[in-house]
Amino acid sequence: MNAFIPAFDVHEHLLWPWAEGLPVFGWVFLMGFLVCVACGLVGQYLALRRLALVGDAISHSVLPGLVVAFLIAGSRSSLAMLLGALAAGFLTTVLIEWIHKNSRVKSDAAIGIVFSSLFALGVILITLFAGQVDLDADCVLYGEIGFVFTEEPVALFGLVLGPLSVVRMAAVALLVAVLIAVFYKELLVTSFDAGLARSLGISPALFHYGLMAVLSLTVVSAFRAVGAILVIAMLILPAATATLLTDRMGRAFAWIVTLAALYSIGGVHLALWLNASTAASMTVVALGLFFLAWVLAPQKGLLAKAFHRRRREHGEPAAGSSAPETF
Amino acid sequence: MRRALLWTLAGALVLAAAPVLSGAQISDLSELDWREQALRFLSLRDASVRYALFGSLLLGLSCGLLGSFLVVRKLALVGDALSHAVLPGVAIGFLWAQTKDPVAIFVGATVAGLLGTVLVGLIRQTTPVKEDSALGLILAGFYGLGAVLFSMIQKQPLGDQAGLNAFLFGQASALSAEDIRLMAVITVLCVLLIVLFYKQLLAVSFDFGFAKAIGLPANLFHYLVLALLAFAVVIALQAVGVVLVSAMLITPAATAYLLTDRLHRMLLYAALFGMAAGVLGAFISFLGHNLPTGPFMVLAATVLFAAAFFLAPRHGWLPRRLRRQSQRQQIALENTLKAVYHVREESGFATDAVSLEALARRMNKPLPEAEAAAGKLVRQNLAELREPHDKALTGEYELLLQPVGWKRACEVVRNHRLWELYLTHEADYASDHVHEDAEVIEHVLGANAVRRLERLLDFPQRDPHGRLIPSTRDLEELGVATAVPGERHTGEPPRL
Repeated sequence: MNAFIPAFDVHEHLLWPWAEGLPVFGWVFLMGFLVCVACGLVGQYLALRRLALVGDAISHSVLPGLVVAFLIAGSRSSLAMLLGALAAGFLTTVLIEWIHKNSRVKSDAAIGIVFSSLFALGVILITLFAGQVDLDADCVLYGEIGFVFTEEPVALFGLVLGPLSVVRMAAVALLVAVLIAVFYKELLVTSFDAGLARSLGISPALFHYGLMAVLSLTVVSAFRAVGAILVIAMLILPAATATLLTDRMGRAFAWIVTLAALYSIGGVHLALWLNASTAASMTVVALGLFFLAWVLAPQKGLLAKAFHRRRREHGEPAAGSSAPETF
Repeated sequence: MRRALLWTLAGALVLAAAPVLSGAQISDLSELDWREQALRFLSLRDASVRYALFGSLLLGLSCGLLGSFLVVRKLALVGDALSHAVLPGVAIGFLWAQTKDPVAIFVGATVAGLLGTVLVGLIRQTTPVKEDSALGLILAGFYGLGAVLFSMIQKQPLGDQAGLNAFLFGQASALSAEDIRLMAVITVLCVLLIVLFYKQLLAVSFDFGFAKAIGLPANLFHYLVLALLAFAVVIALQAVGVVLVSAMLITPAATAYLLTDRLHRMLLYAALFGMAAGVLGAFISFLGHNLPTGPFMVLAATVLFAAAFFLAPRHGWLPRRLRRQSQRQQIALENTLKAVYHVREESGFATDAVSLEALARRMNKPLPEAEAAAGKLVRQNLAELREPHDKALTGEYELLLQPVGWKRACEVVRNHRLWELYLTHEADYASDHVHEDAEVIEHVLGANAVRRLERLLDFPQRDPHGRLIPSTRDLEELGVATAVPGERHTGEPPRL
């Protein structure tokens, strides 16, 4: 077992990526951060709308869309991939709704059936066209974030920006942030009270499908970096952890950005130390931080709640015993 | 609009995929000589083929059975979370035994899967995180943990780790005799427990509160189902793979759910569909020289589901559509009959036939449409067309209802007016708000409901608008087409 977990070397595993390794690991840090920010921001709205598992479904079913787009376009052009992913995402949401409405199958089973079938189709296409598609099963499962620095840097107006996927992810993260800033009020009201939104002249359906489109866009940009399954972690975990730490939207967003940085930095170090997949290590860090928040969060953590309960029972029984537990 | 979009999209996707797919089949399979492969599979000569076949049957059986409990309890996504959560357990089991030992992996995977489900429950109870987020984060988090362990194992100089990748997308032909033995034992255990506790599981599945109220240890049975589920997932793991095993739980059970309303039949069908999908998937993957098995099994299950979705006799899309269409036609016929009644009523039932022009005016439709509607009545033998006495004057035929058509017309009008009266008397509707509601219900009120309404309203004669209501008794004694409602038999109300 000792051989299985390598010894932790402060210089090699902690300092090196920030010093000599920075030209390589800088891009990995940045990419991880951008993926987590974009996914985390979208995921906050998925969590509010109880759509976390639709995110799960879309992240799986984007795969056949990517492969088909790839086979038609014959190249990995961003536009083709984006269109393929959007079509697949749209198809998923519509199919789930259609099955649910036209049969007695409940929506949870409909979600399960649709995304697993599409994902299976994608895997089959990948194995059949292994030679032609620049995607393999490992990439789908683990992502290739550790290799972003090997990509050709792109230049815009003579300015060298960085690896293509990092630039694209930055653009997507920026777009998501801008969309949230512009439509903050509309998103909030459609998330919490669809009836009120309708009476204010805001179409909940429009924002639902808009959110799904942004979700597909985010997922497809993050796909190569973190894979189909780990992207779910990036969608769900930041929002879930932030829920434990605050009740306010603004602060939740601040937490999501902070958590994104922590996931990215922690994940890279963990992966270096254990010689493991970077995206998977980021997920493990994210899960670890969630558990930490679960236990230690100032008001909603297990410890804080136990402490409050004790104080209520022993300290002031009259006031405490009748006060209902509120969240 | 949305449906049209969907069809175009689906069509485009299929069209786009078809040429590429057929191209691939030709290039890949022609050199593989799939006919020989098919013979090898069907003759069961090779031990590995036999193992793959048995394995697929066993996993289809256990997944179908256990998946049924998930589908009826709306826990489909719990199965998804559980199946992803077993991955770190597989890795730890492998590390523990230092080889691909089925028992070690079985124990590790079961423990990890159950731990994951228990954590979901705890998160839901002790944090404000909603259930869907809790499921998703455990699913992805545990999977990430497993992926870290897997990527570490792959860099280890351990022996016999080649088979480990089969756990991701499944490889039925990698099953060994030991695996099959374990799978058989677990499957038999699952079947025995389900048969033994069928009643209790039935109660827990459909009404958790009721099960608790009659003193069943409902939580215990809930965890029994989860444990069995973990067993089923682990059984299917090697042949289907972690990523897609949830589909083998959900899809065959959902297919069965479309075909029957009884749990025992659903269990049977789900097991059959699961086995069919398993064998089909194993067969196709064998034809392609050991392509990953899981995706093919899942697609086979999806094809079965699609067939049931469209064709299932009661809950299928097509039969339901046809039923709705015939219902619509029936309603159209009855509306024409009703219009005839109204025309006759306007003239105080002075004439027994009505002119098509009057009918068109009453139906608020152009003459050709009224003619078409009348033609439908004639084709159904509900009415006949008659030359009027003064044909020279109007130049039009008259419509004369046959006795059975007239009876139905009276029934529909009666239903309409009774319901209007019921709404104004018993439900306190304003009399100008009742018409639309009655327009709908007049076609579906059954004989018993009508009798009860008449009794409840004390055999009324007039509706809220002051028009006569044809009574059940009138109708029963109506032998001829010319009978006119309203000529009441006074005295005793009919005995019912």
